[in-house]
Amino acid sequence: MASIWQYANPQKFMQSTTAVLPYLAVLTVAALATGLIWGFFFTPDDYKQGSTVKIIYLHVPAALMAINAWFMMLVASLIWFVRRHHVSALAAKAAAPIGMTMTLIALITGALWGQPMWGTYWAWDPRLTTFLILFLFYLGYIALWAAIESPDIAADLTSVLCMVGSVFALLSRYAVNFWNQGLHQGASLSLDKEENVADVFYLPLLVCIAGFVLLFITLVLLRTRTEIRARRLQALIARERMA
Amino acid sequence: MIALFTRDLALAIRAGGGFGLGLAFFLIVTVLVPFGVGPESGILSTIAPGILWIGALLSCLLSLDRIFALDFEDGSLDLLATAPIPLEGVVLMKAAAHWVATVLPLVLVSPVLGLLLNLEPAGYSWLVISLALGTPALSMIGTFGAALTVGLKRGGLLLSLLVLPLYVPTLIFGAETVKRGADGLATGTPTLMLAGITLGTLALLPFAAAAAIRVNLR
Repeated sequence: MASIWQYANPQKFMQSTTAVLPYLAVLTVAALATGLIWGFFFTPDDYKQGSTVKIIYLHVPAALMAINAWFMMLVASLIWFVRRHHVSALAAKAAAPIGMTMTLIALITGALWGQPMWGTYWAWDPRLTTFLILFLFYLGYIALWAAIESPDIAADLTSVLCMVGSVFALLSRYAVNFWNQGLHQGASLSLDKEENVADVFYLPLLVCIAGFVLLFITLVLLRTRTEIRARRLQALIARERMA
Repeated sequence: MIALFTRDLALAIRAGGGFGLGLAFFLIVTVLVPFGVGPESGILSTIAPGILWIGALLSCLLSLDRIFALDFEDGSLDLLATAPIPLEGVVLMKAAAHWVATVLPLVLVSPVLGLLLNLEPAGYSWLVISLALGTPALSMIGTFGAALTVGLKRGGLLLSLLVLPLYVPTLIFGAETVKRGADGLATGTPTLMLAGITLGTLALLPFAAAAAIRVNLR
């Protein structure tokens, strides 16, 4: 009878994550350390970009996780909306600030990379614009969670927002593509990074991506546990007031 | 549903002088722009499509929190929720009333404001067409945002934070239609996309907004 839904029980969730978290944390640190040290110190400089190419080890994984964090929130919101498992709603809440931070990391490292390569920190390129919009979506989502006092109502409303927001985020992504082609011609600014990466850079990049995925999972589990504890604390305070 | 529509329309026009405020705001935004960017008519006619669309969008945003707030406070929203018509229909009618009362006037005066901003002659018809096609989506998305924040004490600012990112696709295609129209290019694609977004939001968002209202009334 082992089903994934048994982890919807907060008790069960806490037990299993207590067991898993230390291993996950060690794995995360190991993968990140290997990937970043390998990438920063043991890969050659690019013949055109010099050492700035090494920003890739932060930029690409962060950008990847920024999108996947939103996707994870969408799945968690759907589960909450359909099956009303509280852990799921709390996990979505826990993932939002992490996803926002990843978006910010991707934007900032991108700007730092763009300055020496393109000669500008910011350009209204479709990808950059899409990430800025994604950042705004995260902001709105987090603000809505913060604004509503009742936790169940907040979970319901934010899950509706997440679902509608996903549709509009996707729509914006393609609308922005359209808009930019109308302004500039050709994509002289956008680097299609992953296709022209040589193996020397590619392998440490893969390790870094694995590290960021692990980091995301670890942080989400940690923050979800915090949310569950906070919820229990509220229940205790409420019970004490009743007595 | 028609009775609800006429009631909302009458309330919007008669009560409290809110009617026309959006229109005045649209005018002021448009008048302020030349002060900000300078009076050269070349620059103005380049940015006119975008400014007019953003002005219409912001004026539409101003009146959003009134869509449900009054009905929520005096309890008529509870009555509407228990009424025999589906809540999705109520939401749709609310959005329609908002559009007719506050946004349609903007669409109608936009050519005059286009004149102020030195819009290219070819752009006027496309300005009106794109606004008429795109602004129902703005009203509908805004109604959804208002439904999300109806239970909050100070939801106004949060409402703008939630709604504005959702306006991005409409704004892009709307402004693009006018820009292409003004430059004498083919406008088919952005116009169709704009109409598609409007129809899509009108078809789907009432369900999301009604779900949000049910949660807020619980």
